[in-house]
Amino acid sequence: MIAEPFNYDAPSTLDEAFAMLEAHGDEAKILAGGHSLIPMMKLRFSSPTHLIDINRIPGLAYIKEEDGYLKIGAMTREVDLEDSDLIARKYHIFKDATHLIADPQVRNFGTIGGNLAHGDAANDHPAVMLALGAEVEISSKEGKRTVPIDEFFFGFYTTAVQPGEILTEIRIPAASGKYGSAYYKVERKAGDYAAAGVAAMVQLDGNGNCVKAGIGLTNVNPLPMRASRSEEALVGNQPTDDLIELAARYASEDCNPSEDLRGDEEYKRHLVKVITKRMLKLAIERAQNA
Amino acid sequence: MKKSITLTVNGTAHTIEVEPRTLLVHAIREILNLTGTHVGCDTSSCGACTILIEGKSAKSCTVLAVQANGKSITTVEGLATAEGLHALQEGFHLNHALHCGFCTPGMMLRAVELLEKNPNPSEEEIRWGISGNLCRCTGYNNIVKAIQYASAKMEGRELPSTEPEFV
Ligand SMILES: Cc1cc2nc3c(=O)[nH]c(=O)nc-3n(C[C@H](O)[C@H](O)[C@H](O)COP(=O)(O)OP(=O)(O)OC[C@H]3O[C@@H](n4cnc5c(N)ncnc54)[C@H](O)[C@@H]3O)c2cc1C
Ligand code: FES
Ligand code: FES
Repeated sequence: MIAEPFNYDAPSTLDEAFAMLEAHGDEAKILAGGHSLIPMMKLRFSSPTHLIDINRIPGLAYIKEEDGYLKIGAMTREVDLEDSDLIARKYHIFKDATHLIADPQVRNFGTIGGNLAHGDAANDHPAVMLALGAEVEISSKEGKRTVPIDEFFFGFYTTAVQPGEILTEIRIPAASGKYGSAYYKVERKAGDYAAAGVAAMVQLDGNGNCVKAGIGLTNVNPLPMRASRSEEALVGNQPTDDLIELAARYASEDCNPSEDLRGDEEYKRHLVKVITKRMLKLAIERAQNA
Repeated sequence: MKKSITLTVNGTAHTIEVEPRTLLVHAIREILNLTGTHVGCDTSSCGACTILIEGKSAKSCTVLAVQANGKSITTVEGLATAEGLHALQEGFHLNHALHCGFCTPGMMLRAVELLEKNPNPSEEEIRWGISGNLCRCTGYNNIVKAIQYASAKMEGRELPSTEPEFV
């Protein structure tokens, strides 16, 4: 399968990229890892007339803690998250998630920025970002703006990123104290998108009470979904088995899965309940050991 | 409009003209005539088109040739040297790790990077490490054994038996 013809440019600075984006308007698309975009162009679901390859712009791939945030550059590859010591020590959720995203070859290419900017509720990072309370830095010729993750996803394949803009950084409140996070999805086979997936983050105080909770759901709602009722149930309370059970039930009731090849609605709600319970328990265990 | 790009494939630099939409796998197979790299699914699922770009395994059906401009690429044709077969080729040969052979070049290139990053992988790490490569013939067991053989050979450990197991 061959895409429709297009022009290709590989700028070496962000300013050059912004100028090219401006020249071509919404006919242009950014090429990051290309592992969502190129398949769509081959199937001719997407036919941009200009591709602006940002892989040759230095300085867009990094993982660092700074100013109270974990900062991840948009062009950071899945494989960089998999191999990072900082991630392995403090942000287990990325280890869990990257292990289950696609396969090693795809992870060598796919970027975290592309995973979010693609705007697909089947991707795994959106739910992770919801759980972690991330914000996204979007840059353009005019400067930079920051969008909270809850205001980032608009609809199927649509996000807060506008023509002329480039997603440049993801910022996550840094892990401190008794902080734990976890992700799991049920997939039909290695490398498949989720039948259902759950991302969980908890912060405990000295008495073991939950002071912060984040729960994001993958592929069980038209948009990546925050399980707000579950989070509210947990915050301020001791996370007992009964409370975790209740939070898991809320998540399974509040999501809106649709029937497809990966299962029917009832099955997916059941998965959400079971995975939410397990990921909350794992995140709590990790927080206790932090 | 065609673009002029340079690909260094198995150590030899080639400057070629391609349309931006030309896939890397087609440039390799149809312009450079290196047909050891296969196209199975054409949808980034099967791994038959796996090559190395700067040492990293990649599905060349999902990479544009222009993206690889200036990069160094290894295909199956680049594995053997004047001294003989690569340890992985020897492992696949001795362990009957192929039947039709369609998946084999991609499997081996993927295994090159796997062993580079993890020279002595467990069976589970091997199976997970080749999860992006499908084989319709072998049932994978002999592929795992071939990779274990290559790992031992490359690390200078005692070589595992290559006798077939009948179960
Ligand atoms: C076989 C296969 C299996 C997969 N399985 C999974 C899976 O299990 N889970 C999962 O989460 N994903 C999966 N993916 C998707 C993969 O992770 C993609 O790489 C990812 O979704 C997109 O990242 P990318 O860097 O490749 O983006 P691209 O494909 O380059 O871009 C995707 C979209 O985002 C836009 N974009 C990219 N970067 C930016 C930026 N910095 N600023 C503005 N816009 C930008 C592009 O213009 C395009 O519209 C799979 C892909 C394949 C091929
Ligand atoms: S042909 Fe590229 S992954 Fe199947
Ligand atoms: S040997 Fe036939 S597909 Fe693997």
